[in-house]
Amino acid sequence: MAFFISLILVLTLCAASYYGAEAGMQWLFGMTIPYLAIAGFVCGFAYKIYSWAKSPVPFRIPTTGGQQYSHEWIKNDPLDNPHTVSWTVGRMLLEILTFRSLFRNTEVVIHRTEDGPRVAYNSARWLWLFALIFHYCFLVIFLRHFRFFMDPVPFFVRGLEFMDGIFQIGAPRLYQTDVLILAAVGFLLLRRVFDQKVRYISLISDYFPLLLIGGICLSGIYMRYLSKTDINAVKTYVMGLFTLSPVSAEGIAPIFFMHLFLVCALLLYFPWSKLMHLGGVFLSPTRNLPNDSRMRLHVNPWKPPKKYHTYEAYEDDFREFMVEAGLPVDKPLDKADA
Amino acid sequence: MYNAKYIMPGLVIFLGLITFPLWFNVLSCTRYEAPQLALPEDQQECIIDAKVMRAEHMTLLNDWRDKYVRDGEITFTAANGKIYDMSLMNTCMSCHTNKEQFCDSCHTKNSVYPYCWECHIAPRGNQ
Repeated sequence: MAFFISLILVLTLCAASYYGAEAGMQWLFGMTIPYLAIAGFVCGFAYKIYSWAKSPVPFRIPTTGGQQYSHEWIKNDPLDNPHTVSWTVGRMLLEILTFRSLFRNTEVVIHRTEDGPRVAYNSARWLWLFALIFHYCFLVIFLRHFRFFMDPVPFFVRGLEFMDGIFQIGAPRLYQTDVLILAAVGFLLLRRVFDQKVRYISLISDYFPLLLIGGICLSGIYMRYLSKTDINAVKTYVMGLFTLSPVSAEGIAPIFFMHLFLVCALLLYFPWSKLMHLGGVFLSPTRNLPNDSRMRLHVNPWKPPKKYHTYEAYEDDFREFMVEAGLPVDKPLDKADA
Repeated sequence: MYNAKYIMPGLVIFLGLITFPLWFNVLSCTRYEAPQLALPEDQQECIIDAKVMRAEHMTLLNDWRDKYVRDGEITFTAANGKIYDMSLMNTCMSCHTNKEQFCDSCHTKNSVYPYCWECHIAPRGNQ
């Protein structure tokens, strides 16, 4: 159900922008919404990070996969259980660049043997592999798009395009990232649809971004390889947007505005969704704090000044009533007054 | 806000990088001019309608390459029945004599670097 609702949502976005642009509302889908989306993304991202940074992290949370640093004669695992800042940076880099926690993913299987069922834990690295492919392809595709955003084209674009199309298949050259990202999005989507356990916990907020990104990829691929959108007109138009002097969108096919609108939808949706793991991964307390709980004194950062009310003071307040009720007191009435 | 000395620079760097094209173009007062093609003066028609050609020339040239080199097909019949040699240098570049002002003017602006000229010799134009 969640899958079909997400699919309908994405198709509605596609149809609205395609037919909207065809009906002459290019200014809306090609100018107003992109500017709003950029502003919304920047403000939303900053707000979200700020709201997270307001939460104190009082002490280390050592969810470790390795031996803690202790004595010299006990071998420790500094990358899994770092005790210094530099090793923690290493752990963070491995997490961010190679998705180490996905690499640890395991699955439970039950082997039927003659002696009855036996449980086994296998490593399950498909998710890790396709997540890695997906993220790096997305990065390369995003960077390749800088050819439309700047003039002259930034230095890194040519090298990226060369490496990406190095097999020289067809014309325009087939980019490996285009194929790989479709495969990766497809895997991540089908995994949610066909794996019972994952489907059970999948929500609209899981399907929607995947379908949205899939839609962006497909419309982009369609424009490059099939409909051959006039990239000269597109670059002139996009440069108009990025120099804050928008030009007329004449001669640009509606599919371009659909592509652009889906990207805008992604930008606007981004800060309020699970996609914020882009910023959130840097703030993971179980990853970014060295495990030095036993080496340093950690003071509770929001430690409030405490009001003490000692037993002596309590007895001073209520001595008469306590004596009246026959309760034992440390100081009898006559001595307390003195 | 906790750990602001780490989080704030990170946030500023990220947002600065991701909005780089916007503020860089605005601050450097970039004005983008769409490339102007130098069209041949003595010719009226291309082998295919110019509009189609603009979108499909790379596919056409790729097809020509495969047909000429692999299938031995050496002529191309246009829609109006005219027959052309399948040749980038002898057909295309005989009218579009200036690579810099024709091919490169769009290609460079849009970071397109076809590998035609790794084998072919670019005409030196009207010099």
